[in-house]
Amino acid sequence: MKITQGAFSFLPELSDEQIDAQIKYSVQNGWSISIEYTDDPHPRNFYWEMWGLPRFDLTPDQSDVVMREVRACREAFPHAYIKVIAYDATRGRQTTALSFIVNRPSVEHGFQLERTDDHDRVVRYKLTHLKASSGSVGVTGAAIRGND
Amino acid sequence: MSPSPTDGTSLEKKERWASGVTPYADMGYYDADYVPKDTDILAAFRITPQAGVDAIEAAAAVAGESSTATWTVVWTDRLTDHKHYQAKAYSVEPVPGVEGQYIAKIAYDIDLFEEGSIANLSSSIIGNVFGFKPLKALRLEDMRIPTHYVKTFHGPPHGIVMEREYLDKFGRPLLGATVKPKLGLSAKNYGRIVYEALVGGLDFTKDDENINSQPFMRWRDRFLYCMEGVQKAAAGSGEIKGHYLNVTAGTMEEMYERAEFAKEIGSVIVMIDLTIGYTAIQSMAKWARANGVLLHLHRAGHGTYTRQKTHGVSFRVIAKWCRLMGVDHIHAGTVVGKLEGDPNTTAGFYDTLRKDFIPENPLHGIYFDQHWASMPGTMPVASGGIHAGQMHQLLHYLGDDVVLQFGGGTIGHPMGIRAGATANRVATEAMIQARNEGRDYYQEGPDILEKAAKGCPELNAALEVWKDITFNFESTDTPDVLVTPSIG
Repeated sequence: MKITQGAFSFLPELSDEQIDAQIKYSVQNGWSISIEYTDDPHPRNFYWEMWGLPRFDLTPDQSDVVMREVRACREAFPHAYIKVIAYDATRGRQTTALSFIVNRPSVEHGFQLERTDDHDRVVRYKLTHLKASSGSVGVTGAAIRGND
Repeated sequence: MSPSPTDGTSLEKKERWASGVTPYADMGYYDADYVPKDTDILAAFRITPQAGVDAIEAAAAVAGESSTATWTVVWTDRLTDHKHYQAKAYSVEPVPGVEGQYIAKIAYDIDLFEEGSIANLSSSIIGNVFGFKPLKALRLEDMRIPTHYVKTFHGPPHGIVMEREYLDKFGRPLLGATVKPKLGLSAKNYGRIVYEALVGGLDFTKDDENINSQPFMRWRDRFLYCMEGVQKAAAGSGEIKGHYLNVTAGTMEEMYERAEFAKEIGSVIVMIDLTIGYTAIQSMAKWARANGVLLHLHRAGHGTYTRQKTHGVSFRVIAKWCRLMGVDHIHAGTVVGKLEGDPNTTAGFYDTLRKDFIPENPLHGIYFDQHWASMPGTMPVASGGIHAGQMHQLLHYLGDDVVLQFGGGTIGHPMGIRAGATANRVATEAMIQARNEGRDYYQEGPDILEKAAKGCPELNAALEVWKDITFNFESTDTPDVLVTPSIG
């Protein structure tokens, strides 16, 4: 299965040039840019690891700064999910303006849905991300090893 | 031509309090010199007086009947600071180019209204006066709610920002579909549609306004099967998914029971209909905030009083009330779909729901500046006769913070429901991508979609089957200031 979080997951994987265009657009809007990565793409995992601090005050001609970081993050964690996040600090927003995946494992293992019967036909659901059976460890403080 | 003012409040004290019937204007309900206070609630009415009725007297009558007056002089007014409590018509202007219609602006002191109660506000402003015989027709066009009064309301339980963070979805419109047929499906079949549409790429599916708890499908069964569909789709996509479980019922007790159950089984959102009434909406808004469940409002019934231009209540007023009462979603028009929606008027609705400050703008039918004092926005929902081939128009007219609901446009897809959902999602993402890349997406929309369809048979089929479908009828509810621009 393909995890379809982010704004462009239903399109073919974005080329670096296309990623760069989205970064330029974001910077033109005055948004800061950050990069986050994880091996746990559970939809409730709101805190992926931060690849450095958000880049504030970029100008559109500096989008290559972000692209360099995207490439460096991919190099460090080739089997991780990596996303680019544009953040809008305008009062009334103060939240993410755009978020899209720029790297994913070559094999995505997806999720297991566990069902437990509860009272009166109520079913309790547990969603678990299926990491590779061997080799994968948390990304915090350790590299993700191959899981494909 | 402006109506000629009567002599207003210049009556001698003795005459003012004489028993019998005195013109409303002479009783103080018209005051051309009145300067509205920052704390006043202002209303703009479109009045159509009966033949022979003076426009200023008609406006004063509206001010009177919507505040302190009755048909005759009562001495008991003198036990109060009556001038303070009297509403004042302070401006009466003829509608340009239309015979016999006037826009009357009326100021109400904030003391006339109970804090945090739309039932009270609406009982005053539209309670009695719409049946008043000297008027042929009356329409409440807009209101200015002062921030002093705004702050007495909860507002949306979550609002647009919190909803996006809760769902972890940013940078594109949200996508939904209403389950069809709206009546008759069994619970199991119904949940199948939920699953297919969500796993195919939509964020939400939705009960329709009239699906409550009928003999063919009881609410509890529907809720359980829908949640199976929602959870299975979450597992199949890695995304948070939701189904608007309609908890509308005959009593508050039943609505609470259904909402509690929806929460217990993990639904991120519940739904109510406008028909439940303002007080019930406010109660559900409190419940939704207390329980962390998004609240969707279907504006069922509004067309009976919002659509005609001379009589009723404009939807921009209903939208304003709904943001105050506190809903996270509200249906607000599509422009291009099957239901009423002039582009400029609809822009006024969307601004009213989403922005923090909306300046007076006759082009959009906005009569007053409105400040929201940072009250979170309500997400507008576009639903009714829209499809993937209109994506460039939808994005152009409605922007990013909107739920685009494709019911028939998902379920009627020739390759199936899942394919219909995928077509809509691909069309959305392709259009956002193109816009962000700086393309003139409105003009190039069809090309952008066609190119995206080359790699997506589902979108290709959708474009093929619905390519000629438009609903290009003239709108009835349009601003006065200019001719309706055509769409398409």
